[in-house]
Amino acid sequence: MTNLAPAVQWSRRQEIFFALFRSSSFLVGMTIVLFWVICALFGRSFVPYDPLAEDILNALGPPSLDHWFGTDQLGRDIFSRVIVGSRDILTVAPLATILATVFGTVLGLLAGYFRGIVDDLVSRLIEAKMAIPSVVVALLAIVALGTSNMTVIIVIGLSFGTLIARTVRSAVLSERELDYVAAAALRRENAAHIMFFEILPNIIPPILVESTVRLGYAIFAVATLSFIGFGLQPPSPDWGLSISTNYGMTSGGYWWTVLFDALAIASLVVGVNLLADGLHGALDG
Amino acid sequence: MTLFLLSLLVFFAGQVLPGDVGRTILGPFADHDAVNEVNHQLGVDRPLLVQYGTWIWHFIQGDMGESYIYRVHVAPLVLQALCHSLKLSALAFVLVVPLSILGGLLAALNVNRPIDRIISIAGVSMTALPEFVTGIVLILLFGVWLRWLPISAAWPDGAGLLVQVYYLILPAMPLVLVLFGYIARMARAGMIEALDSDYTRTAVLKGLPWREVIWRHVLRNALLPTITVIASQTGYLIGGLVVVETLFRYQGIGSLIFNAAKSKDFPMLEACVLTIGLIYAVATLVADLLYSLLNPRIRIRNAND
Repeated sequence: MTNLAPAVQWSRRQEIFFALFRSSSFLVGMTIVLFWVICALFGRSFVPYDPLAEDILNALGPPSLDHWFGTDQLGRDIFSRVIVGSRDILTVAPLATILATVFGTVLGLLAGYFRGIVDDLVSRLIEAKMAIPSVVVALLAIVALGTSNMTVIIVIGLSFGTLIARTVRSAVLSERELDYVAAAALRRENAAHIMFFEILPNIIPPILVESTVRLGYAIFAVATLSFIGFGLQPPSPDWGLSISTNYGMTSGGYWWTVLFDALAIASLVVGVNLLADGLHGALDG
Repeated sequence: MTLFLLSLLVFFAGQVLPGDVGRTILGPFADHDAVNEVNHQLGVDRPLLVQYGTWIWHFIQGDMGESYIYRVHVAPLVLQALCHSLKLSALAFVLVVPLSILGGLLAALNVNRPIDRIISIAGVSMTALPEFVTGIVLILLFGVWLRWLPISAAWPDGAGLLVQVYYLILPAMPLVLVLFGYIARMARAGMIEALDSDYTRTAVLKGLPWREVIWRHVLRNALLPTITVIASQTGYLIGGLVVVETLFRYQGIGSLIFNAAKSKDFPMLEACVLTIGLIYAVATLVADLLYSLLNPRIRIRNAND
């Protein structure tokens, strides 16, 4: 039995691997996300201008050969700002998602495995969380704790964690009825071992899919918080922040100051969602 | 229960806030005694538990306290803002519900064909786009380039209902796009299940016209889970309102929360969040009632108990 297991797992992994590369949504999503990751990592070294350099004489210039996406009201090059602007959101959102995944997995395992009071407590927590939108929770916490990237990560991590906990809990509930869990219990393995070494490896696929979906929403939340002024702070070239400083000017016809940032957020979010969709298809198939 | 947790959360979020309420109101140069006097009047120098008790007691009686910033009662402001927001959300729902049910139906009738893939992927992507992103693109498209719609939600005084709707279409659109994904997905899932069921097969086999089968048998059953989703989206909606109302400068509950948070006006913030929680609870209740009203299976089972 133990000898067979790895071989079966390996072919299953290969299957998933092939399924992923046949899935067009995964490939397209992967390309978009990789593009922004590269921009976030190396953007500073290949953009034509310093994203923070002001050039008042060329303020609010429309897109041209010199400035592909035009310039903002301080004369900063928007193309460079959009490329480099991926950096902050691609740091904060994934960190928040990782925190949410770890927190949610532990919470979900505890609730699903122990049932009873623990389960009730966790379930009530999830319900309370559902009643108030993440943006409002984040707003409250940030007002109380002050604005910093750390606060944003913690707030989003904890509030998304409860949602991941819900998925993990339901996966654990069906998993704990299976024979291998009973076998482990008969071997007198302790609860922590059963949860983290027996059940956890078997519920990785749903956790992975859920985390990718949550990453999309984390980007949503971080961008929104920046937009309403409670997230990343100036002079960061962050997309949400740029839109919030510039959207007042759209009626004056300065469309290029916001459009490219909006498209950047849109492409990243759609990319992550395609990735999640492809992952979901491959892991379920 | 949820409301109680919510009230605790909001209240204590207010308490962790560093700083002195009296000091905030009177400014940094005020006399120390005067600051203490104001603190005493507001009751913020009393023990926390007492403060929480009085606050909840007053809230239940409809007295939401006084705004630190405006020095007026919060309740009328919250109610007025709520009215504005309800108008906006009502319009969004009126637009989105038929649209997304239609989308879900179309997708379900063409499962795994291109049209289904397009609707599903478009729905998911729209749902995941932050409202201010779609909002900005829509403003540019319809407000700045085509000049079809006004880009601010502030209608002229005394405008009739139609004019108000005209001003609210653009602000409602980002909400519609986000909600479309959720509701269409649920409608699609419900529809697929209903199409696959025995009663649908029976209806087809006994020779009912296809249109009749869809209308009377499939839709009615498929819409049940959809209703629950619609109600559960009220929670999301408020978050969306914060953004949309800021973007379009609309005086609703979202912008009230936003401004209260920005100026650290806690009585206002607490009142808003608790009101939202209340609305959410009511919406969930209504959805449950509606569900059992529309679903004879639950109604009959309960009657037999």
